[in-house]
Amino acid sequence: MIGGGNAALCAAISARREGASVLVLEASSAFWRGGNTRHTRNMRCAHDEATEILTGPYTEDEFFEDLLRVTKGKTDEVLARHMIHESKAMLTWIAEQGVRWQPSLGGTLSLGRTNSFFLGGGRAMLNALYATAERLGVEIRYEAEVTDLVIEDGMFISATMKDGEMVTAGALVAAAGGFESNITWLKQYWGEAADNFLIRGTGNNKGTILKLLLDKGVQEVGDPTQCHAVAIDARAPKYDGGIITRLDCVVFGIVVNKNAERFYDEGEDIWPKRYAIWGRLVAAQPDQIAYIIFDASSLKLFMPSLYPPIAAGTIPELACELGLDPDALRKTVNDFNAAVQPGTFDDKILDDCRTEGLSPPKTHWARRIEVAPFYAYPVRPGITFTYLGTRVNKEARMLMADGRPAANIFAAGEIMAGNVLGEGYAAGIGMTIGAVFGRIAGREAARNARN
Amino acid sequence: MLATETKIAGTTLHHATAALAEADRLMTVCNSCRYCEGLCAVFPAMEMRRSFADGDLNYLANLCHSCGACFYDCQFSPPHAFAVNVPKVLAQVRNESYARYAWPRALAPAFARNGVTIATVAALSVAVFLFGFMLSNDPGTLFSKQTGEGAFYRLMPHNAMALVFSAALLYTLVAMGMGLRAFWRDIGETRETLRVPDYNAQASRDALSLRYLDGGGAGCMNVDEKPTKDRRRLYHHLTFYGFMLCFASTSTATLYHYLLGREAPYPIWDLPVVLGTLGGIGLVIGPLGLLRAKADRDPILCEESGRGMEQAFILMLLALGVTGLALLVFRATPAMGTLLAIHLGAVFGFFLTMPYGKFVHGLYRYAALVRSAKERESLHEPSPSAARALAKTSPKAAS
Ligand SMILES: Cc1cc2nc3c(=O)[nH]c(=O)nc-3n(C[C@H](O)[C@H](O)[C@H](O)COP(=O)(O)OP(=O)(O)OC[C@H]3O[C@@H](n4cnc5c(N)ncnc54)[C@H](O)[C@@H]3O)c2cc1C
Ligand code: SF4
Ligand code: SF4
Repeated sequence: MIGGGNAALCAAISARREGASVLVLEASSAFWRGGNTRHTRNMRCAHDEATEILTGPYTEDEFFEDLLRVTKGKTDEVLARHMIHESKAMLTWIAEQGVRWQPSLGGTLSLGRTNSFFLGGGRAMLNALYATAERLGVEIRYEAEVTDLVIEDGMFISATMKDGEMVTAGALVAAAGGFESNITWLKQYWGEAADNFLIRGTGNNKGTILKLLLDKGVQEVGDPTQCHAVAIDARAPKYDGGIITRLDCVVFGIVVNKNAERFYDEGEDIWPKRYAIWGRLVAAQPDQIAYIIFDASSLKLFMPSLYPPIAAGTIPELACELGLDPDALRKTVNDFNAAVQPGTFDDKILDDCRTEGLSPPKTHWARRIEVAPFYAYPVRPGITFTYLGTRVNKEARMLMADGRPAANIFAAGEIMAGNVLGEGYAAGIGMTIGAVFGRIAGREAARNARN
Repeated sequence: MLATETKIAGTTLHHATAALAEADRLMTVCNSCRYCEGLCAVFPAMEMRRSFADGDLNYLANLCHSCGACFYDCQFSPPHAFAVNVPKVLAQVRNESYARYAWPRALAPAFARNGVTIATVAALSVAVFLFGFMLSNDPGTLFSKQTGEGAFYRLMPHNAMALVFSAALLYTLVAMGMGLRAFWRDIGETRETLRVPDYNAQASRDALSLRYLDGGGAGCMNVDEKPTKDRRRLYHHLTFYGFMLCFASTSTATLYHYLLGREAPYPIWDLPVVLGTLGGIGLVIGPLGLLRAKADRDPILCEESGRGMEQAFILMLLALGVTGLALLVFRATPAMGTLLAIHLGAVFGFFLTMPYGKFVHGLYRYAALVRSAKERESLHEPSPSAARALAKTSPKAAS
């Protein structure tokens, strides 16, 4: 197994339970193991009935419809349906590996029916998986970055680590994440703009394994510019800022770019559904920066986040704090305020507070920004993970460029997410992809190695 | 601009100490994360607030059982730059709060070098009893075999014993009551809350079962991220219930004395001895286990400034258990007089130092649990149960 996150550990446990002897090669040290998995909190699994932690049923069909909607149909239906079907068993399987579930967390009620949360979060989940893997006799090596692979005609022969050590195995499961932390690679598609991207998770998912596999004849899947990207606090560190730098307040104000101009309808849809478009929107603005502007009446309406908002007594003063042109920001706010129509504010539904005659409009939750103090959050694109990956079949077995299945190479997790996610995102599906395909990949790799 | 400035401030500008300021910073991080919500009572209480003044932090700190789970579960614990270490920082705040609430205020410094203070008081009080016994008895009585009813009271009259200990206990109760009052005011609670039977019932259940010393069901973590290695809950139960049994033993003996006119020492099979023996055993095994767990604790979790206080308290409890058992075993030998003096000295020292040592943790923890019960009720949310942590289909929830 190359990698040490959810996908790799599910694969390792499942392969070991099939009787294989398993070696996990994780690039990071023990603390940073499971680069992105350690930042997660939940997983989306289909279920026919409510459970003690899930408030109602979430059928396979509904899951699939959600997936179709968020990906705009860009998904491999056979694989997606297979994954969704298998996700049902995950609720029990994951718990059997020592992971504990809990009901949805405060502030995430909208996910209470569809998503199962890990007690203590992703690192707790991962700790449980590692403990189980170790107990079963899986060998785990840290600081074991794989830098080269020998693959001949669709057959994995050996992997070489950074220190030059070479290991051979009967089968390979690649679960080494996407290439989101490789800024140079991101620049191929995004240009210099990628320098201003913040990476929400690990700095270790550089796509080394993905690139090696693609170079050695594995079929590619997905659009390289597609990824999960949200607008996060611009003050977040370059890597590993995690969940706490996210901002849920776009719907409560307006969002302007560095020219103090609005550029998109902030009230398009209920927030969780729109959460994942703002990363790309900000990425398209000059210098990849934007500012959420709101007033005192909204301050306590959303989840707190890590950094305090920047505050000022007047809009021009706020502009100065942010380094924006005071007159331009005043004009944008005045124009917006003038366009706001009377209505009854309710952030739980698509309410009737909207603007009239403004471009772009704000179609819901539009309220005048007029109560001092005024606040702003600077935001930048925060990349969660990339979708470009290796194509796989229902056995999680990679397909070679010519369409033949690889002899003994499997993939799970981010590295093959693009099979299911052509674009868009549904909260919790990253972990579903890792766990379901990890479990399958491990089992199939073990059988493969045995034969 | 801005992208490089990664300082995280707390929510409140002024704090009495650096530990409180750090706790504010951490609670700000946790409030935007909330992953640990299911682990204990602290996180749900934290989520009910958006800003953290000193009183709020003292409440949260005293609610924390130091189970350690949130440290190993946290993606931001050191070496991450956010350096989130909730158990350690809350322990620091908690320990500082004990001194802050001490009554009389002049005795607050007793917490500063608590190990030394407790040891000194204990040694002095043992010495006073030994010396007192020697002065008030002739060597023949003190160092010879004493048996039969009233053997103890030949060395120290029962009424004197009762008077001295009642006075010490009374003082202790007053001092701790004043401490409790200071705590309750500091966290901004009202007298009424403390009188609501439901809250007290809930808090008692939580405290007596050490419900939150279990990492939300997975178990506590002390040495590393594996909960299986931690037995602190068991040892704490042995210590606490051992202590309570000893207390029950003394109380029954007092009743025997005044109501039935029967004088100690009592036969082996009699209630005070049975209770005292069982309690004594708990008070030996429990503290030894806790000492061992302290020694094994992952250094990164340890709040160094509180170490002396914790050890002094555990050793004191151990001393109660050991001297009590020794007295029982050797009560029919010439060593009895000396052992009695030592045991009484230890108990007396313990009483005197109760308000100025780790003992108060139980008091403030209980009070914090009462408030937590109230807050949870206002949320109309039942406390998380271990059962809910497992994804079992529940016919109840199917609606
Ligand atoms: C802040 C944040 C929050 C998230 N929250 C959720 C959530 O709540 N629910 C959800 O479903 N998804 C969430 N995601 C997405 C989720 O983290 C990923 O989809 C999932 O963890 C991917 O698992 P993985 O095993 O494929 O990758 P990872 O967990 O990232 O593991 C990949 C591992 O491979 C290792 N590696 C990389 N290259 C090499 C190499 N050359 N040699 C050896 N090892 C290598 C890395 O060190 C890394 O540990 C979140 C992501 C972030 C960043
Ligand atoms: S301790 Fe860490 S994981 Fe837990 S709530 Fe706080 S920041 Fe989140
Ligand atoms: S009780 Fe445990 S989980 Fe809760 S804050 Fe304290 S150490 Fe953390």
